[in-house]
Amino acid sequence: MSHNPYPLQKKFFTPGVYVMLVFMLAGGVTILARFIGGIGYVSNLTNLYPWGLWIGIDVASGVALAAGGFTTAALAHIMGKHQYEPIIRPALLTAALGYTFVVLGLLVDIGRTWAIWKPMIYWNPNSVLFEVAMCVMIYLNVLYIEFIPIVTQQFKSRFRLLGVLEEHLDKIMWIFIVAGVVLSCMHQSSLGSLMLIAPTKVHPLWYTPILPLLFLVSAIAVGYPMVIFETTLITSSMNLDAEMDTLTPLSKISIYLLGLYMILKIGDMIVRGTYIYLFDFTAQSNAFLCEMGLGGVVPWIMLCFEKIRQSRKGLFIISCLIIFGVLINRINVFIVGFKPFYSTTSYFPAIGEILVTSGLIATLMFIYRLAVTWLPVLSAKAKKGGV
Amino acid sequence: MTLSRRNFFGIMAGTGSMILGRTKKATAWESKAPDNPYACLVDLTRCVGCRKCEEACNQANHLPPPDISFDDKRVFDTKRRPDDSRYTVVNRYYGGKKNEQDELLPTFVKIQCMHCQDPSCVSACIVGALTKKDNGAVHYDVSKCIGCRYCMVACPFEIPAYEYHNPMTPQVRKCTFCFEKISKTGGRPACASVCPMEAITFGPRKKLLDIANKRIHENPGKYVHTIYGEKEMGGTSWMYLSAEPFESLGFQKLPLAPPPKLTETIQHSLFSFLWSPILLYSVLSGVMCLKNKDDKGGSHES
Ligand code: SF4
Ligand code: SF4
Ligand code: SF4
Repeated sequence: MSHNPYPLQKKFFTPGVYVMLVFMLAGGVTILARFIGGIGYVSNLTNLYPWGLWIGIDVASGVALAAGGFTTAALAHIMGKHQYEPIIRPALLTAALGYTFVVLGLLVDIGRTWAIWKPMIYWNPNSVLFEVAMCVMIYLNVLYIEFIPIVTQQFKSRFRLLGVLEEHLDKIMWIFIVAGVVLSCMHQSSLGSLMLIAPTKVHPLWYTPILPLLFLVSAIAVGYPMVIFETTLITSSMNLDAEMDTLTPLSKISIYLLGLYMILKIGDMIVRGTYIYLFDFTAQSNAFLCEMGLGGVVPWIMLCFEKIRQSRKGLFIISCLIIFGVLINRINVFIVGFKPFYSTTSYFPAIGEILVTSGLIATLMFIYRLAVTWLPVLSAKAKKGGV
Repeated sequence: MTLSRRNFFGIMAGTGSMILGRTKKATAWESKAPDNPYACLVDLTRCVGCRKCEEACNQANHLPPPDISFDDKRVFDTKRRPDDSRYTVVNRYYGGKKNEQDELLPTFVKIQCMHCQDPSCVSACIVGALTKKDNGAVHYDVSKCIGCRYCMVACPFEIPAYEYHNPMTPQVRKCTFCFEKISKTGGRPACASVCPMEAITFGPRKKLLDIANKRIHENPGKYVHTIYGEKEMGGTSWMYLSAEPFESLGFQKLPLAPPPKLTETIQHSLFSFLWSPILLYSVLSGVMCLKNKDDKGGSHES
């Protein structure tokens, strides 16, 4: 199966893009305010709730939802399933952008932004966060390297040197592809270990020693739905063919991955006996039921029906639900399930925090659109042409 | 991309020797707690809530003047937490103790960093800005700190505070155990030396545990038979004696195992000598090599 990614070269400024620009501007202003008045000026973070929306969404969810990059690379390049190659580039683009925004989010969140480089010199191998930071840093570079061919392909006709670079890079690219998968497995799981240091604060529905395993499996499970989600979104917004013949078989893999995740999660709940908290009707138990039901069981049942998997709409809904499930899971572990003993109030993000996060997401979408317009990322053909 | 067999077997051989070379020594977690560090024993039956310790701490650490002056008792109407402007606070509890007229009697509880023996904050800190010193103090080195606030997430006693309104150079703030002072011979923490009731005893941890046990046994019925901090979270350098159950005085019931035990065990059994990433790397390159073999040249763009 041959595929030819090409720059879409379509009209760039649509009403949607203007909405993005508004959010970007609002986010930018808030970030400015944060660097003038401090974190406390724009956020509801306190001594008891030191981590909030920025860590829960920008970092934890950002990393999880960028998992499409390494899962597709593993499938197409390592497992040799070349029929999936058309989706590698968009997934790679999402991952590269996603991780860039994880780092940007961190720059806003950490108190001493200018000191971000210090973990490279001062190591604490006991710290889970140290390992996560190292992996994310290296992986970000790996992603950029993997992205180079997309740029060189576009511009090599103009700059001869780029062609040479592309050729040499191609020979050693496997090193980076494998490294990307390994690094991803490491930090996706360690992101789950992060909260294990706080056994008294994280609600028992989520606090389990297998949290790193759950994070890894859910990241892998959300990788393909994420690809389906964005491919559907971009092909419909750009009026392209839906690439269903790639997406439907991809969703079949999800039956097993999501199934495994559910088994692990429910099994863990039974082993630790935490089902007693299920019907407490607290914010935590409701959030857990919502995460498991709407984000896990429902999409899994839907996946089992061939009919739904083959319809573009059905597949899109399934992917949305799975993504929702993993997103809520990360928010639950880092925010909803985080209850310090001495807290008298609960944390809810300030408008400033929300503006920064939405601004970053809008920027991400903006650059994504920019990239697919001018770089050879997508392979889907214009609608009536077919594949 | 091309991945020759030679590359592949080279990596495999490398991994093999790595893993074999790794001595089968059990990666059992070991406590890094100093054997007999300095510590403080707070006897809650002696404290009268004069807040002299708060004042001494404020001066010793050059902290900003308090919102409510140190001799104003109205401060006890709300429960306070240590923050970036006060490293220690005294709170008032009515734990159930009564006088002859059947009126509830207050108990005053001073709180500050517990200077844990195996501190979660030290294990968590991404750059090692927090360290447990041999003399017992958990020390903060601002020159390394990046402000990630993971120490605050980690601390089971919910102690470290942050300067949220400093835009560029905020610091983590918590009791220093008067590190400078106790590093000198004969030096004592400001709060301990100022206390008029001798409610805070400073000394080597083992000696303080003896003193505490002696007080419990020489005054039958006076104390509950627990020394809070002896074992909680692996033990702490600040310990408490009380006449009432600790849970009624704002203390948490905490597990005895220090939290770093679990996280460090996971981290080290998975990543020591990077064995698992290297193994995974070799397996994946092996699979890649086999799966793409018939795919001559295999030069799909990536
Ligand atoms: S009480 Fe908290 S801040 Fe103090 S040493 Fe223990 S973990 Fe660290
Ligand atoms: S805020 Fe500073 S001291 Fe605390 S964990 Fe982060 S780097 Fe370490
Ligand atoms: S030991 Fe020093 S820093 Fe800690 S509470 Fe006492 S006076 Fe304050």
